[in-house]
Amino acid sequence: MSTTTLDLAPAAGRSSQGVRRSAMEVATSLALALIGAAAIWDSSRLGAGWGAEGPQSGYFPFWIGLILAGTSLANLVPVLRARGAAAEAMFVTWPQLRLVMSVLIPTVFYVAAIPLSGIYLASAALVAYFMMRLGEFTWRSALPAAVATALVAFVTFEVWFLVGLPKGPIEELLGF
Amino acid sequence: MEEIGLLMQGFAVALQPGNMLLMLVGVVLGVLIGVLPGLGGANGIAILLPLTFAMPPVSAVIMLSCIYWGALFGGAITSILFNIPGEPWSVATTFDGYPMAQQGRAGEALTAAFTSSFFGAFVAVVMITFVAPIIAGFALRFGPPEFFAVMFLSFACFVGMAKGSPLKTLAAMMLGFLLAAVGMDTVTGQLRMTFGSEEMIRGFDFLVAVIGLFGISEILCSIEEGLHFRGQKAKIDLKVVLRTWAELPRHWFLAIRSALIGCWMGITPAGATPASFMSYGVARRMSKDPAGFGQGRIEGVVAPETAAHAAGTSALLPMLTLGVPGSPTAAVLLGGLIMWGLQPGPMLFVEQKEFVWGLVASMYLGNVAGLLVVLVAVPWFAAILRVPFPIIAALILTVCAIGAYTVSNAEFDIVLMLIFGIVGYVMKKLDYPLAPLVLALVLGDRTEEAFRQSLLVSNGDLGIFFHNWLSGGIMAAGIALLLWPALAWARAALASGLGRARAA
Repeated sequence: MSTTTLDLAPAAGRSSQGVRRSAMEVATSLALALIGAAAIWDSSRLGAGWGAEGPQSGYFPFWIGLILAGTSLANLVPVLRARGAAAEAMFVTWPQLRLVMSVLIPTVFYVAAIPLSGIYLASAALVAYFMMRLGEFTWRSALPAAVATALVAFVTFEVWFLVGLPKGPIEELLGF
Repeated sequence: MEEIGLLMQGFAVALQPGNMLLMLVGVVLGVLIGVLPGLGGANGIAILLPLTFAMPPVSAVIMLSCIYWGALFGGAITSILFNIPGEPWSVATTFDGYPMAQQGRAGEALTAAFTSSFFGAFVAVVMITFVAPIIAGFALRFGPPEFFAVMFLSFACFVGMAKGSPLKTLAAMMLGFLLAAVGMDTVTGQLRMTFGSEEMIRGFDFLVAVIGLFGISEILCSIEEGLHFRGQKAKIDLKVVLRTWAELPRHWFLAIRSALIGCWMGITPAGATPASFMSYGVARRMSKDPAGFGQGRIEGVVAPETAAHAAGTSALLPMLTLGVPGSPTAAVLLGGLIMWGLQPGPMLFVEQKEFVWGLVASMYLGNVAGLLVVLVAVPWFAAILRVPFPIIAALILTVCAIGAYTVSNAEFDIVLMLIFGIVGYVMKKLDYPLAPLVLALVLGDRTEEAFRQSLLVSNGDLGIFFHNWLSGGIMAAGIALLLWPALAWARAALASGLGRARAA
């Protein structure tokens, strides 16, 4: 496939296939309600009443959790009652989602790689990958850009600001 | 006129060569942050905050607040030239700014935007200079119930003035409060909502949340549009600047009205974004030629820019005097104060005179520096958007990851940042407002503390919040704001019911 993912963009707005907005609304409301419920449960475990030294640890989060659960469930009402265009609206279309994933998935790998390889190598790899996969660059321009990113970051943080960032085996080999 | 003397001392602090340099660095970085998608005032400052630990607080706050002014200026550049608002508060600037650029009047639009930004900020700083000491002096008499009442009022403002669903605003806010409560309870030492996880004991740092919510999510939202920047040429020379300046005084009334709208919206935590929209809307309604708006009228640039900058600046007033920030960016700066070991609130004006007045003086100077930097360097900043998006995206992701890590040297924070990024993406697309979440996350602990201390004094009686006219009045205003959407909804339902009855 010679086209880059970015070329799909103009088509993204027209396509009407994708994740429904109403489905996402319901999922988000339920997730928030669940977080509220978890807060209520944990707060009642700690005690949400009046203790020897005043309000107990769970007092404040208990009520916050209750309001969160309540408002989230109330948010479901307009979603479930929606008809017509409002119910058909898209949260994200498939082509859009593909674009988002083309950034998100490498980012997940990037974050996962940092503890293993250190942040400099991972960042260089991220820059090179984005340039070659999402942009139409060859390794001839991607490689120098990646190395430059790592070097600039290293000099700025380790040397100039004296802030240590996660380092991996390569930095260790070089004696840092 | 004690303020004038103190302000002069402040100028002496801000005019030190080192601080002047930091001011310039801050403004340039800020414009850069404002121009780049995915980096904004709030998360830009959040990323740089950990690097300022070693600096004296006044130098640090001068640099960081100048980043804020720079970001406010920078948002206008991309709105006018590329029709891409670099910041949410410059969305309204695109309505008339981009058409102006298409007609070849980019220089005029940019000059008008920068000059009115400067004017808005100037009005707000003058207001801060004279009003802040009065409010701080007043707030010195506040006890825990009054502080809780003030925070209650500012959170109620979000609900009452929300553009979208008040329920979603409330849900986002409560999520922020809960996230703030995770970890060690400072009063009893018990662990709350850690669910047995060791990583959770530290709690959620709001800086990490801000970087994820505003930075990563913005990248995900921008890539959806495919991002092909097609910009207008930025040509700005002295002749255009002088000609526009000669024309601008005609809009003095518009500018003053917009600045006042901005100041008001900035002090109440509605923030710069609604201020710019409101000011634009009022300008269009009051204009003799409303239909001309949206097709390249200079008023359509002056109104939102003046208001946005006035609001962004005056958001620092409640942050300095009460310790209650008026915007997410002010909230991040407030977090900075705490990290530098300063206690935000009215005592700052008594104990840290040098800090407060150095900051106020730097606001005057920083905005002058900002105006000069953007007028001179617009074409260079605009050139940044000609860098292909994949490179910009990768660099911003890297900067965000480094920023999240340096907050407390924890690799787990980078994972949290990514999670917050995905959460922010979903919330943004579903119109959950992020500002109340961030403010609740920053203020959660202090709100709870004020609440618990008040209840301790009163032995659990909620009546303590109405024990005198001051806290009672603030609480009543807050409750009225909270009930406002319900009232508006009831009225609308009643009106439509009546309408249907009449039609039948």
